[in-house]
Amino acid sequence: MTADDALLRIDGLRVFHGKFEALPGVDMQVGAGEVVSIIGANGAGKSSLLKAIVGQVDRIEGEIAFGGSSLAGRATPAIVAGGIALVPEGRRLFPSLSVEENLSMGAEVGRKGEIGLDEVFGMFPILRERRRQRARELSGGQQQMIAVGRALMANPRLLLCDEISLGLAPTIVNDIYRILPQVRDRGIGIVVVEQDIGRSLKVADRFYCMLEGKFSLTGRPEETDRATVMKHYFGL
Amino acid sequence: MFDGLLNQLVQGVLQGGLYAMFAVGLSLSVGVMRLVNIAHGDFIVLGSFTLYSICTALGISPFLAMLIILPPAFGLGYLLQTLLFQRIVGKDILPVILVTFGLSIIIQNGLLMGYGPNPRDLNAGALETASLNLGGGVAVGVFPLLTFVSAVALIFALDRFLYRSRTGAKIRAVSDDVEAARLIGLSSRKIYATAMGLVMVTIAISACFMGVRTNFNPASGPSQLLIAFEAVVMGGLGSLWGTLWGGILIGLAQAIGARIALPWEVLSGHLLFLAVLALRPQGLMPKE
Repeated sequence: MTADDALLRIDGLRVFHGKFEALPGVDMQVGAGEVVSIIGANGAGKSSLLKAIVGQVDRIEGEIAFGGSSLAGRATPAIVAGGIALVPEGRRLFPSLSVEENLSMGAEVGRKGEIGLDEVFGMFPILRERRRQRARELSGGQQQMIAVGRALMANPRLLLCDEISLGLAPTIVNDIYRILPQVRDRGIGIVVVEQDIGRSLKVADRFYCMLEGKFSLTGRPEETDRATVMKHYFGL
Repeated sequence: MFDGLLNQLVQGVLQGGLYAMFAVGLSLSVGVMRLVNIAHGDFIVLGSFTLYSICTALGISPFLAMLIILPPAFGLGYLLQTLLFQRIVGKDILPVILVTFGLSIIIQNGLLMGYGPNPRDLNAGALETASLNLGGGVAVGVFPLLTFVSAVALIFALDRFLYRSRTGAKIRAVSDDVEAARLIGLSSRKIYATAMGLVMVTIAISACFMGVRTNFNPASGPSQLLIAFEAVVMGGLGSLWGTLWGGILIGLAQAIGARIALPWEVLSGHLLFLAVLALRPQGLMPKE
């Protein structure tokens, strides 16, 4: 992939929370129909990167371009309507709303497109059974499915997943990760942020390893051996 | 000693309908939007004076005047939320209380300058004195009955809107977690502005029914606010049907109090409120 046909292109991005610099400068690209994993320890700056893309940080420097046009100065609703959807860390559902209402919030903020309730229920059949229940009555794994479904309902061209395996049993994480290739095959670019290196590398077409706010290693999982990744993960 | 008890209880229930009508807008703003609007009662009184001026100038029925002011009332609520409340809501409760308290003072004194201190009322003609004899010593005024039915209809409509419509779902989503809404790109600004517009519509309707039912003066607002708050809290925050029950219970308590002695009428409503607050602080029909 060349820089020109990238769906998302980030050049020299620095993110600030007040005076604190959370991300001292990264470059990355994500193509359409590509799964890109960002791995790194807690506090490495992964969430700051995703939040910067959807316009949810205090201040950035550098350039974020999506589909060839800059996202600078655009507010989150405009960015989401333009085709970027975030699955936030910790799910962040609307607990008193029903499963179906939570999903429909994604459609409210997103683009028109082919993914609707039926497609999401096709990916996560349990949600169809529970569609009338309040989100808070469901298990953690099912809630994570709603969070992913809500983002997909926005019909994004780029899907950002922030720690979607956090606190969940491995079998449930498998259920959720299983749909990522289907999503990719629709031509959607996916960024997966994880602390779980194994899980993250297995699903990825490419990966970036982040250490203290910088990418210390990048490549394709099949071309990189585990020991090298671990070294850059921990900064040893 | 039970002479006319049933009749008084029926009157109490009907009076409660008016209280519920005052309170349903406050129920929406406090219970759903988390906006404690101290000026709620003053906005009702402002509405009554506005209707008074329109009725006097055009010589029309207060109900027709009410229909005329519904769209501007929605617009006023929309602008008030966008230009003022949106800047202060969410961070801390204190700025909201201070700003709405300030609004309350501005409205009261503005009305005092414009209309003077004398009480006024809206004239609905023969409707005000018409009554229905239900037998068994129970006779109800047509207007109180109309008020009660309108209150129930208003609450039904708002409840349907909040729990069945797309905009209603968005209002509840933002109410659940405003930060999460922001993260997924759901802007709370327009959603809350719409909700406040609806609150003002309920205020305009209440202003008409209150103005016909009782006298009002520029200082009437706070006592309306107090009863509205009691109905909302007794019913349970965020529950519109609970607010109806809260209003009815206050009306009933006042009717029973009035039987004991007239000074007990208003006091009984407040005592019931304190009792509910002590025994069931989450309210009668809590939403959560």
